[in-house]
Amino acid sequence: MKILVCISKTPDTTAKIAFTDNNTKFAEAGVQWIINPYDEWYALVRAIELKEADPSTVIHLVTVGGTDAEPIIRKALALGGDEAIRINTQPLESYQVAAEIAAVAKDYDLILVGKETIDYNGGAVGGMLAELLDLPFVANATNFQLAGTTATIKREIEGGEETIECPLPVVVSCQKGVAEARIPNMRGIMAARTKPLKVVEPAATEPLTEYRKFQLPPAKAGVKLVSPDNVDELVRLLHEEARAI
Amino acid sequence: MSVLIFVDQLDGHIKKASHEALTYGAKIAEQIGETAEAVVLGNTNEDLASLGQHGVKKVHHVQAEGLNQFDSQVYTKVLVQVAEQTGAKVIIFSNNSSGKALAPRVAVRLKAGLVAGATALPDTSNGFVVRKNVFSGKAIANVAIKSEIKVISLNVNAFTISQGEGTAEVVPFNATVDTAKTNVTGTSKTSGKVALTEADIVVSAGRGLKGPENWGMVEELADTLGAALACSRPVADAHWRPHNEHVGQTGIAVAPNLYIAIGISGAIQHLAGVNRSKTIVVINKDAEAPFFKAADYGIVGDAFDVVPKLTAAVQKLKGK
Ligand SMILES: Cc1cc2nc3c(=O)[nH]c(=O)nc-3n(C[C@H](O)[C@H](O)[C@H](O)COP(=O)(O)OP(=O)(O)OC[C@H]3O[C@@H](n4cnc5c(N)ncnc54)[C@H](O)[C@@H]3O)c2cc1C
Ligand SMILES: Nc1ncnc2c1ncn2[C@@H]1O[C@H](COP(=O)(O)O)[C@@H](O)[C@H]1O
Repeated sequence: MKILVCISKTPDTTAKIAFTDNNTKFAEAGVQWIINPYDEWYALVRAIELKEADPSTVIHLVTVGGTDAEPIIRKALALGGDEAIRINTQPLESYQVAAEIAAVAKDYDLILVGKETIDYNGGAVGGMLAELLDLPFVANATNFQLAGTTATIKREIEGGEETIECPLPVVVSCQKGVAEARIPNMRGIMAARTKPLKVVEPAATEPLTEYRKFQLPPAKAGVKLVSPDNVDELVRLLHEEARAI
Repeated sequence: MSVLIFVDQLDGHIKKASHEALTYGAKIAEQIGETAEAVVLGNTNEDLASLGQHGVKKVHHVQAEGLNQFDSQVYTKVLVQVAEQTGAKVIIFSNNSSGKALAPRVAVRLKAGLVAGATALPDTSNGFVVRKNVFSGKAIANVAIKSEIKVISLNVNAFTISQGEGTAEVVPFNATVDTAKTNVTGTSKTSGKVALTEADIVVSAGRGLKGPENWGMVEELADTLGAALACSRPVADAHWRPHNEHVGQTGIAVAPNLYIAIGISGAIQHLAGVNRSKTIVVINKDAEAPFFKAADYGIVGDAFDVVPKLTAAVQKLKGK
């Protein structure tokens, strides 16, 4: 069984969000980069759990990014994973990422992606990759079980969950519930230094969209405080002023 | 040529998010001088002609046994056939459970650029530029779609439904329908009475509640308001509440009209999932809690005192 886990690099969840170059670029100065939480906590950890259950499993990691993505993919290797591929281009949008990954993702039994990147919030790479590879796709999985070559996957739907049975190969986007939380151990970090990290040149895909300009959301007017002894006043404000109830 | 809107159903009923998408698509059609058409897959319990109220002229209804359960591959092939036959220039989905699986696939198949999670009508004065939230609602991006065909998925609760007069022409559409590789073997409803991602009002509580045994008053408030329940991550991690109620950066993102946060500190990762709510109310005993900075209304007080009073005050308003 061969698993491919797609790893992206995102700003730390507490990073200050600001823009430069006339608001056309994210201001990267001083920003700490992390593995996108959905990729690490759910996609990668589930792959590691599957390998623990069946040690013959092989886990490959892939990232589309420049040399600045190396610390991230190395950290992912330290968590688990047997080898990694870095596709050497700075991606500008989801389609480009999907097309680049599709070019190297031909013979995997299972492809795991995160639900979305926490910077551009596309949630699109998984579905695009599945279409490019002509594979089934389950979005926003909350549980993933495997018996032989059949996966049983739960996914979030409006107001509930759906259980789906699906033969491998399949592309699954992972969110909370798919894996148990775990903390990386030092041994893995040492071992990761010797694990292969292959750099491949991009297939040169044309992006179909372009991020033109960013802006910060309008600031809130400020909080209106109401005394705990006058809750009726809050309800009146919510009803008459905010028209929320 | 058309603007084609995918109409999403649950148990044969059209989801609220699809009514938003229909309104949105009809507005785009008006803006670019095309006709708005909708597509419905599988059996339905709804009167499809009534979708004309949102401004769509035609509803393509594709019926086949294989479409009565969701499979993104099968649905995509059918949607592409409808898109090609109607000469769709813009295709609209909701950015919900179905749209998240379909929009990327359909976009790839039609070589169309995709903006996932649009929050406003496109600006067509210079190209075709769609606004969306990025950095989990901490910023807004304007994204140009450069391809001939455009695919947009609209964020849930981002666009107000409008309803006028009008009847749509309902036409059966004959499509080639593949056999799905996936098989839906079951569905389960989650704890709350109202679906979290579709809710107008969300009542959410955090570690300030001390333990799962104290959720009764939160549930009562939610019931009174007809709201869905949510919680912060530590609450779900400690199994006080089910994981599907966890909102935030790593949980579910919600954007209701009203979000009431009780005993939640307002950590940046929590705010990332709720900051698109129209009105935010914070109840916290610590006046310094960061959540107050993101709130519209607040009460500095003890949840155990304030929440029952709030329930009573809402009941009074509703005349119960
Ligand atoms: C990468 C990453 C991702 C994360 N993702 C998420 C996420 O998706 N969602 C999320 O929620 N968190 C997330 N977190 C965790 C987040 O940082 C906070 O730790 C968490 O949101 C805190 O939860 P809380 O507000 O319920 O608890 P606390 O921070 O403990 O706050 C409890 C609050 O209750 C108040 N309080 C106490 N008693 C009372 C009372 N009697 N009446 C009224 N108020 C009272 C206190 O003043 C305090 O403000 C993430 C963290 C990381 C590092
Ligand atoms: N540059 C990238 N390299 C590898 N995988 C990526 C990259 N960008 C996104 N992904 C994967 O696709 C998922 C969804 O990304 P997105 O569609 O950009 O929100 C992420 O959670 C990753 O698993």
